[in-house]
Amino acid sequence: MLLPSVDALAARIPDGALVAIPPDNSLPSVAIAMALIRRGARGLRLLGVPVSGFATDILIGAGCVAEVETSAVSLGEAGFAPRFSAALRAGAITVRDATCPAIHTMLQAAEKGVPFMPLRGLIGSDILANRPDWKVMPNPFAQDGADPIVLLPAKQPDFAVFHAALADSAGNVWLGRRRECATIAHASRAALVTVERVVEGNFLEDERMAAGAITATYIDAVAIAERGARPAALLDEYGFDAAYVAAYARAAKTEEGFRAWLEREVFATARKAAAA
Amino acid sequence: MSAPDRDIAPEERIIAALARLILDPSAPPARHIAVGAASPMPAAACWLVKLMGHDVRLSLLHKRSGNPFTEGTRELFDLTGQGRIDLFFLGGGQIDGQANLNLVGTGEWPGRDVRFPGSFGSAFMYFMTPRTILFREEHSPRVLVDRVDNISAPGVSAPGVFRRGTAQALVTGRCVFRFHPDRARFSLANLHPGETVESVREATGFAFDAEDEIPATPDPTEAELALLRGRVCDEMVETYPEFCARVWGRRAAA
Repeated sequence: MLLPSVDALAARIPDGALVAIPPDNSLPSVAIAMALIRRGARGLRLLGVPVSGFATDILIGAGCVAEVETSAVSLGEAGFAPRFSAALRAGAITVRDATCPAIHTMLQAAEKGVPFMPLRGLIGSDILANRPDWKVMPNPFAQDGADPIVLLPAKQPDFAVFHAALADSAGNVWLGRRRECATIAHASRAALVTVERVVEGNFLEDERMAAGAITATYIDAVAIAERGARPAALLDEYGFDAAYVAAYARAAKTEEGFRAWLEREVFATARKAAAA
Repeated sequence: MSAPDRDIAPEERIIAALARLILDPSAPPARHIAVGAASPMPAAACWLVKLMGHDVRLSLLHKRSGNPFTEGTRELFDLTGQGRIDLFFLGGGQIDGQANLNLVGTGEWPGRDVRFPGSFGSAFMYFMTPRTILFREEHSPRVLVDRVDNISAPGVSAPGVFRRGTAQALVTGRCVFRFHPDRARFSLANLHPGETVESVREATGFAFDAEDEIPATPDPTEAELALLRGRVCDEMVETYPEFCARVWGRRAAA
């Protein structure tokens, strides 16, 4: 379903929803994050797949987030994520730390419709010690010895939210090799996607496009948001805007600096666009 | 292209030391090496090894063009789970004398004093890769601690816990340590210029072993320097423009 605006997409995400988002190097929809901030979303539970970046930091700073499950929150070369760090220090959010393959594995279990999947590693880490929802069992197939292994529960997000290059008239989206977005879409109850453009035709009938497509089966709604990943990169279409993120990181060091940034970059920009 | 008479930069010596560890004949072979985000010196060491003519496959996770994986980032972990990644690099906000890594933060879990970004894939990669080279340029008592506040990934595991490998070595801005998993201790292997056993002990929060005579970290050879300043820099400049500008005075093409 093609919606008229990114705000219409964001309106479908209720307060308190579990929302899976990819990090800055794998097609986040920063446009949807900003639309959630504009609509004053509250109590969101974010899942970083497998880590979190710019979109997560601005959502936390704007007070939209109750809980973050992730393997790291970082602005890359621009350093630590300032609003995440401040909210953690203030006790304003719950943080559930994971490790990258554990997040992928929990989503893959949801993709398959099985209640759990095992994962190697983790034993002896404080990540595991702080995850009462993860269990250690002896490998039932071990020939000899105990061979303990970690079991991770399936995780089904309410929404997968990401940005793709294209949608077609059949409702499929195309994003090339960033297949973690496909895993998120498969595992979630609904996928909401912003795209640069909508094109005529059906990607599934084109052998060269089909492998980089996510079929409409999983996609609930699409809206056009040109440069909707910005400041994150989009495949070979546009690069990561390091200067923009570095300027954000400096501004967001303080609550006042973040508020001024938010007013300028999220609210004033949208008002200007609406007036135009 | 190269200027062998130019002073050797500290970064160049560290890169050459990392390359020697990659090629260490006593370690399991490194046929496929993966390098994570924000790791210019490990990435340069891998390029140096490859451009010296060694048969090695490199998967550089944050290279924008030519990303090695077509199934998303989980493919790295699936490959590693199978044992098909031979060598990985890890760092840490804190590293202790048993090679435990803390990437989460200091103080109470999950880092209530100083929060670091997070554990990334360390709690899996450290177990499942036959060897890991630890790298942290800052060598100070606040980073190299007696006991990490929080364990993202343990250096050694109890008997019976599946584990392919652990730290091979720890390279810092002052020295090279070897790790001995049998006794869960580091030993001092090489000293960078200007360092002594005493100066390293002073800067290190954990106890380590040291023989009477510790060899200096060798300088890169002229051939290595020529490669670093030429073709290695060519390969790095897209992903690490600031590093290449600082160390080699090179600007990325506009």
